Amino acid sequence: MSSNDKKDIDDVTGTDTTGHSWDGIKELNNPLPRWWLWTFYITIIWGVAYSIAYPAWPLVSAATSGLLGYSTRAEVAQDIALFEDANAEISAQLASADLSTLGENEELARFATSAGGAVFRNNCSQCHGSGAAGAKGYPNLLDDDWLWGGDFENIEYTIRHGIRNEEDWDARYSEMTAFDEILSNEEIDAVVQHVRAISGQEHDAGLAEAGTEVFLNNCAACHGDNGMGNRDLGAPNLTDAIWLYGGSVATLEETVRYARFGVMPPWGERLTDAEIKAVTAYVHQLGGGE
Amino acid sequence: MSDTPNSPAKGFLSKHAILERSPTLLLVSSLLVVAVGGIVEIAPLFYLEGTIEEVEGVRPYSPLELAGRDIYVREGCYVCHSQMIRPMRDEVERYGHYSLAAESMYDHPFQWGSKRTGPDLARVGGKYSDAWHVDHLTAPRSVVPESVMPGYAYLLDAEVNAEYAADVVATHRIVGVPYTDEMIEVAAADVMAQADPDTDAYDALLERYPGAQIRNFDGAPGVSEMDALIAYLQMLGTTVDFSTFTPAASR
Repeated sequence: MSSNDKKDIDDVTGTDTTGHSWDGIKELNNPLPRWWLWTFYITIIWGVAYSIAYPAWPLVSAATSGLLGYSTRAEVAQDIALFEDANAEISAQLASADLSTLGENEELARFATSAGGAVFRNNCSQCHGSGAAGAKGYPNLLDDDWLWGGDFENIEYTIRHGIRNEEDWDARYSEMTAFDEILSNEEIDAVVQHVRAISGQEHDAGLAEAGTEVFLNNCAACHGDNGMGNRDLGAPNLTDAIWLYGGSVATLEETVRYARFGVMPPWGERLTDAEIKAVTAYVHQLGGGE
Repeated sequence: MSDTPNSPAKGFLSKHAILERSPTLLLVSSLLVVAVGGIVEIAPLFYLEGTIEEVEGVRPYSPLELAGRDIYVREGCYVCHSQMIRPMRDEVERYGHYSLAAESMYDHPFQWGSKRTGPDLARVGGKYSDAWHVDHLTAPRSVVPESVMPGYAYLLDAEVNAEYAADVVATHRIVGVPYTDEMIEVAAADVMAQADPDTDAYDALLERYPGAQIRNFDGAPGVSEMDALIAYLQMLGTTVDFSTFTPAASR
């Protein structure tokens, strides 16, 4: 490498060279293209300006907050407020609406159902299914068979407070007895056959007959003498073909022996009043609303 | 070229030859340049007071939750689930209040994750029942037919080994989680106690870990890994009382 103090002009192009030479081939010292150089300078200026305008430089106890006062938190709050404001009127209307007359206000009903659908898919679908058809242990909401009641008031109460949870003192509560150590094996077999009989399934008539008394003594208090259930206690109707856990002999025996204790979390704290009304309206219109 | 060979700028800029001729000097200088980014962006987070804002309610994990958290890490849940609700409207609407740094201040390592094949779990606590978690972890498609999550039924059969609970808690103390001597001493017993709603240590446990949920999470006798994992999942995102929280204006 030659000294930088001395210009070494390339004869062919007339351009200065860097002085580097490989086997007689010299490297031309062309200047950077002006557009590139200026873009580079602008990015530096932009970077400095940006760090002044936006939160950037760490100081002693906090970072500079920037002249524009930007904050991601303020932005998300603003964004949420924007949509809340846009829906404020109709949400307030819905929060205080009497759902039983919802059908009279077409616009409100449409809003409630679509907003309720969104709430349902986000919060309820994991248990009740995205189509609300339920799963074993999680009630189907499409039919007209209700454990605790299917009118607007009852659906709303169930959503707001949940069922058998520990978080909400107003949660619906009842507890089935586990009969494993209360009834003998014969009695359990008999009462299972009795339930098979009243639900119109294949059964052993003799055992079912014997099971009638067992049923009246142990099950009727909640499920009713005829097994029609009791909504005050969330006791299912045992005479229809709709089963929460299953109506096979093995499943019924498991239910009688070890009982069931389905829990639903409360949503009163997680959802707003308008959201609860909306999802109530949504569930009600799925097919089984009373 | 506008610069004359002897201009001061040319003189200064030509000094790079010194760096280029000494590999060691070049290496050290590059390291210094690269370190600027870290010094400006990372180092201040360790001393700035605002890095982890103070919020009410955040507490260290109970030993059972810690055991569940270890299972969460062991099974690689973080590969498909994040625990970081970002401050954006769609995330806040779906998952709840955006995550705060304080909520993972006792996480070693944090479980923020970077991929959401499944949903974010930062506030999954209390959203579903224990029984749902058992069903879902055992056979995800029994409750969510669309799910692609693998099953973890074997967690029901694996007992939690409380033998090392005290060591785990003590190790977390070394990295800065404020566990007391008492907490370490009774850690093994606390693992058992939290999964037993009839435990004698009920009140003591709640005093050590306010807001801890004490019940038989998997509904089966014994303390299984399922108990531990559900205890952990059910407390995620539940500790901060957001009614007392005012977000700092600029962060």
